[in-house]
Amino acid sequence: MEKGLLKLHYIIPANDLTCAGEASSNVKKKLIQLGIDPALIKKTSISMYEAEINAVIHANGGEANVEIDNEKIKICISDHGPGIPDVELAMQEGYSTASDEVREMGFGAGMGLPNIKRYADDLKIETEVGRGTALTITVYI
Amino acid sequence: MKVKDIIKVLDAELLAGENTDLEIISACGSDLMSDVMAFVKDNVLLLTGLVSPQVIRTAEMMDIKAVVFVRGKNPGRAVLDLANEKGVLVMTTHDPMFIACGKLYNAGLTGKGVW
Repeated sequence: MEKGLLKLHYIIPANDLTCAGEASSNVKKKLIQLGIDPALIKKTSISMYEAEINAVIHANGGEANVEIDNEKIKICISDHGPGIPDVELAMQEGYSTASDEVREMGFGAGMGLPNIKRYADDLKIETEVGRGTALTITVYI
Repeated sequence: MKVKDIIKVLDAELLAGENTDLEIISACGSDLMSDVMAFVKDNVLLLTGLVSPQVIRTAEMMDIKAVVFVRGKNPGRAVLDLANEKGVLVMTTHDPMFIACGKLYNAGLTGKGVW
């Protein structure tokens, strides 16, 4: 890693549930190549995957910026979607505003954000109704 | 239990993957992928009635190496192509979820797949 820092950038396509997860898959491969502890890779992969799914299903896609250094993996998933009116409510297991189409894909049961919180070492949610949401997920190495 | 034993117990058809000597110690039955990610431990066999690419994506993220589609469900080519690309072994059985899980448990697949 040049200067101990690796930066990755991905576009998360809008409304394409068949491709949702490709960015997370790429990051997982990169972490394996870097020889990161498999338990940390799993935490990172699940957190990022749930966030990626959220961006696809709620916000017409977005982008992912990933930074990996010797101490941490930091993932920022940002979108220009509707924002989250009540973050506390959205963090409750079982609360969901997802469509039937999303539920048919095995998601939308109100476990996304709680799962991210469960696996991330640190989760920062910045959201504004009508403007979008940015999740910053950190996993310490 | 090896995958080849699972195929026999469930009278399943192998749709993707080749390594039927893969050892499986526990299983999880779920149609909800977020629950799989919330509660499953490593190396389970995933049984599901959900047929979508996200089953394979979830398996990839969770290091799940083998999936059984229950109730005779047969995923499309795109799902199987993704499974082959990600190295996930895929089977299908006509058994419904409850029966498939019961048969496997009865045959000795008793590891606790979730926490």
